[in-house]
Amino acid sequence: MGEYTSEELQSIFIMQSFSGLSLFSVLLLMGLGLALIFGQMGVINMAHGEFMALGAYTVYLCSSLTEKFAPAFGPYYFVAAIALAFVICAALGALVEWLMIRHLYHRPLDTLLATWGLSLILQQSYRSIFGAREVTPTLPDWLMGSYNVKEGLDIPINGMFVLGLSIVVTITLMTFMYRSAFGLRLRATVQNRKMSDAVGINTGKVDRLAFSLGCGIAGIAGAAFTTIGSTGPDSGSRYIVDAFLVVVSGGTASLLGCVASAFGIAQAQSILEFFLEGTKGKVATLLVIVIALMIRPQGLFPSKVRGN
Amino acid sequence: MPLFFRTIFKTRGEAIAFGAFLLLLLVILPLAIPVFRLNLVGKYLSFGFVAIGLVLLWGRCGILSLGQGVFFGLGGYCMAMFLKLEASDPITTAIQSTPGIPDFMDWNQITKLPLYWEPFKSLPFTIAAIFILPSVIAFIIGWALFRRRVGGVYFAIITQAIALIFSLGIDGNQGYTGGRNGITDLRTLCGWDIRSENAQYILYFLCVVLLFTVALGAKYIINTRLGRVLVAVRDREDRVRFSGYDVAMIRAFIFAFAAMLSGIGGAFFVLQVGFMSPSIVGIIPSIEMVIFTAVGGRLSVLGAILGCLIVNFGKTTFSEAYPDLWLYLMGSTFIAVVMFFPNGLAGLLEKIPTSKSKFASLLARFQKTTPAVVTKATPISDEN
Amino acid sequence: MKIKSISNHFLKVACLALATATAQAKPTTAECNTTGLAVTDDTVTVGQLHSATGTMAISETGSIQAEQLAIDQINAMGGVLGRQIKVIKEDGASDWPTFAEKAKKLLVSDKVGTVFGCWTSASRKAVLPVFEKENGMLYYPTFYEGLEQSKNVIYTGQEATQQILAGLDWIAKEKKAKTFYLVGSDYIWPRTSMKIARKHIENVLKGSVVGEEFYALGSTSFGSLINKIKLKKPDVIYTAVVGGSNVSFYKQLSAAGINSAKQTLLTISVTEDEVLGIGGENLDGFYSCMKYFQSQDNPNNAAFVKAFKEKYGPGSVIGDVTQAGYLGPWLWKAAVEKANSFDIDKIAAASPGIELTNAPEGYVKVHANHHLWSKARIGQWQKDGQAKILFESELIEPDPFPKGYQ
Repeated sequence: MGEYTSEELQSIFIMQSFSGLSLFSVLLLMGLGLALIFGQMGVINMAHGEFMALGAYTVYLCSSLTEKFAPAFGPYYFVAAIALAFVICAALGALVEWLMIRHLYHRPLDTLLATWGLSLILQQSYRSIFGAREVTPTLPDWLMGSYNVKEGLDIPINGMFVLGLSIVVTITLMTFMYRSAFGLRLRATVQNRKMSDAVGINTGKVDRLAFSLGCGIAGIAGAAFTTIGSTGPDSGSRYIVDAFLVVVSGGTASLLGCVASAFGIAQAQSILEFFLEGTKGKVATLLVIVIALMIRPQGLFPSKVRGN
Repeated sequence: MPLFFRTIFKTRGEAIAFGAFLLLLLVILPLAIPVFRLNLVGKYLSFGFVAIGLVLLWGRCGILSLGQGVFFGLGGYCMAMFLKLEASDPITTAIQSTPGIPDFMDWNQITKLPLYWEPFKSLPFTIAAIFILPSVIAFIIGWALFRRRVGGVYFAIITQAIALIFSLGIDGNQGYTGGRNGITDLRTLCGWDIRSENAQYILYFLCVVLLFTVALGAKYIINTRLGRVLVAVRDREDRVRFSGYDVAMIRAFIFAFAAMLSGIGGAFFVLQVGFMSPSIVGIIPSIEMVIFTAVGGRLSVLGAILGCLIVNFGKTTFSEAYPDLWLYLMGSTFIAVVMFFPNGLAGLLEKIPTSKSKFASLLARFQKTTPAVVTKATPISDEN
Repeated sequence: MKIKSISNHFLKVACLALATATAQAKPTTAECNTTGLAVTDDTVTVGQLHSATGTMAISETGSIQAEQLAIDQINAMGGVLGRQIKVIKEDGASDWPTFAEKAKKLLVSDKVGTVFGCWTSASRKAVLPVFEKENGMLYYPTFYEGLEQSKNVIYTGQEATQQILAGLDWIAKEKKAKTFYLVGSDYIWPRTSMKIARKHIENVLKGSVVGEEFYALGSTSFGSLINKIKLKKPDVIYTAVVGGSNVSFYKQLSAAGINSAKQTLLTISVTEDEVLGIGGENLDGFYSCMKYFQSQDNPNNAAFVKAFKEKYGPGSVIGDVTQAGYLGPWLWKAAVEKANSFDIDKIAAASPGIELTNAPEGYVKVHANHHLWSKARIGQWQKDGQAKILFESELIEPDPFPKGYQ
């Protein structure tokens, strides 16, 4: 790389680290909700991507409504939309858990298939309601463009926003899991369901809350992604494999594992994509993950508990 | 011979069902529908090979693979490479800058046939590759994973990632694989025009006969000791291990066997459809193959074939009439099957209560005799 | 509302009168259909084969609508050879084997007179052997990579050289561009297009290609790519990214501070349809090279845009491929009338030389190689999602097998 000045290389290095960080925050947001549902409850939610799409469509709806009825509210609607996305997805999640998932807890592979059926239905309903075309909400101006540190060094604002959001969500979730009564009950249920039942924890309710919380986080993720990508009926399916790999390679027991694996995968992909061209970078990343999983199938942070 | 016969069919009802199904496919359908539709049935049946593999792998042994499309694809691509080389003789491809190589290679500035394409000029090699390549690759993957006791959900997700890698890999190397377009415009098999009506009849019959041979083989496996060990591995892995069986080896073997069946299915798909493309090897088709099996009945060989026919037939006809409703129907059918009829159509037929009428009792015995147990995947905690 | 319906009615009557005045004597079915197609004394059945569902539905919807509009207009004028057109719609569901299956159904079971359809190269490649074997006729609307020519296909979009060369010449001249960074989705059309572009840049324009990358369809993260672009500082980014990736690519580009004020970008894959998804503000000032833009100012186009919006709503937009889809039924009608027959062989033979003077894009003519003579245009995207047309080439001869570019 002799043809570039050291200053240029420095800028590129910073921007490249940032693009790795921003991919990390995307993967983390995708993975968190899934990690909660899959890691804590053993349920494979193949419709996770569709919950994300639902969050994104919520933002789109809010954006269109704001433009139509309250243009003055334009710069601020986005924050409200994210909250709404969380609420809507969590509500749908609770409904799905009640109707479907709770009957399948003893058959984890079957939750995978049933939720895949659900994802088909959701995709087609998005198509019927919003049309087959991709949609983009109008984003407030403060989310657009980039922060120009110096000549040749731009940090995208939407990237920073997603990064910030993912940190907030992670910290909130961690606090919730390890510092609240609900978190305690949830962890107890994961470790020993029968015993938890015996000491008076309503495990059914814990399951429902956890599932709907996971779906709600998916909604937040989807809402945040409208700043960097598009929303279409099947945009959810684009994320699902990545999200699963993050969770699986993190190990299922801890959210910390999810954070670590999201970071590792994001850095690997962003570096490989920089040095290899296009598709090859992605294939190389996936190969690295799969081989890593073959060598260390329990993931980065395996469960220490043997529960039955 | 009768002993062998009895190993395959536990009851007379089963044998009758088998015969009736064969009669339907070999005699009634060819007489009743035009060759174009028959060709479609042949295409559906090529997924039947995958479904039989899944019955053994998933229904019997409790391993859910979401990557069967990869093996289907390997078999299909082997066949397609052979056919493509035959279709690319220097005379027909005279317009290219390098005549004599497949057209898509020419479009990608490749001027020489890659080395690993060379052996596919030979039919015996191709047929051997269709059988061996998927099973060897599956065995390696399976052995690596099962030895470390990866199972259940993890296995499903890793195989899904492999399906993604495989389809991306094909997409990304279009000079060597045809990329997203796939390998198209396949014409003859050793000079025999596979697109003619005559050939389509013959290929259809060949497909049915081979499929049912495989089905008999699968039923044989199910009813021998191996079949019982498979169920034991599914339901109580640790006890099988303590009894001295090599569980990883058993799983890897059955995974390789299912992969081989998928490969055969892929080859028949190519012969009957006339092209191969990465769109039938990726994540979604792989899940669809699981759906066929689940709808038909994951425990029943005949049920799985029936599932392939019904779901695909539904897809073709229903999507012609109401394209918008098709996904709703498919999604809800699937949820219903998983939640209420885990053993699919075959399980449903079995559940019909025995009444006095002869017909009903026949129906009740129509399918499998295996008790309709709910398939329990090994709990996750056992894997660690 | 009332006035509109009256004027519509008037238009129809006028068209009918015109049609009856100019129509040839209606041939009998036996005369004009010797190969057993689905033609009766009053109707002719045609097929339409696009993806109404699946990932490609986004792109193909416009073509479906435009073809239907053209067919409705032709029917209102009295049909083809005095026969009303009936359409059988089939859904390829973005799945290539399904395309092949449905193509076969249309040709073998339904015996349709012609088929309007397909969008991606992959779907066309999947159905092509079927059309050649069953001897059907396909009107294919998408701009595509070339390297193909079939008696059974009329290509109403541009082949690669028509779209690429004039655009590159213009950008090299106007922007004094010497260095190019090529980015595409990973399949045959972008790859072939970039191959042609690279040869043209290196051999004719004497410029250089500083990077060439292809990303899997559906990719959403372009951070590393954008950094590489920033490092290489090309004069022009030349793109052929399609589908959902498009939106992510331009959003991330604009978020990384790459906008038209600092960087010239020319694309061959963004039409008005894509702009809807990407958002005009993310493309503001970038260039597209197409043969048609909705903002084209001529009476044919004004009438076409008006009719389209009346049928599909004022919010609908028309992209290059949509317009090319609209040409299909008209070209077929002209060929059938010239041949005075619905027979595929006669239509194929009659097609070369057919001209449409009233096409929305202007004048087009069918070449002996079944592609269209057409012009290339450069449009600069505005915030409202429409393009300002800056340049229009001469009529370009289609050359699907370009010498020196293979």
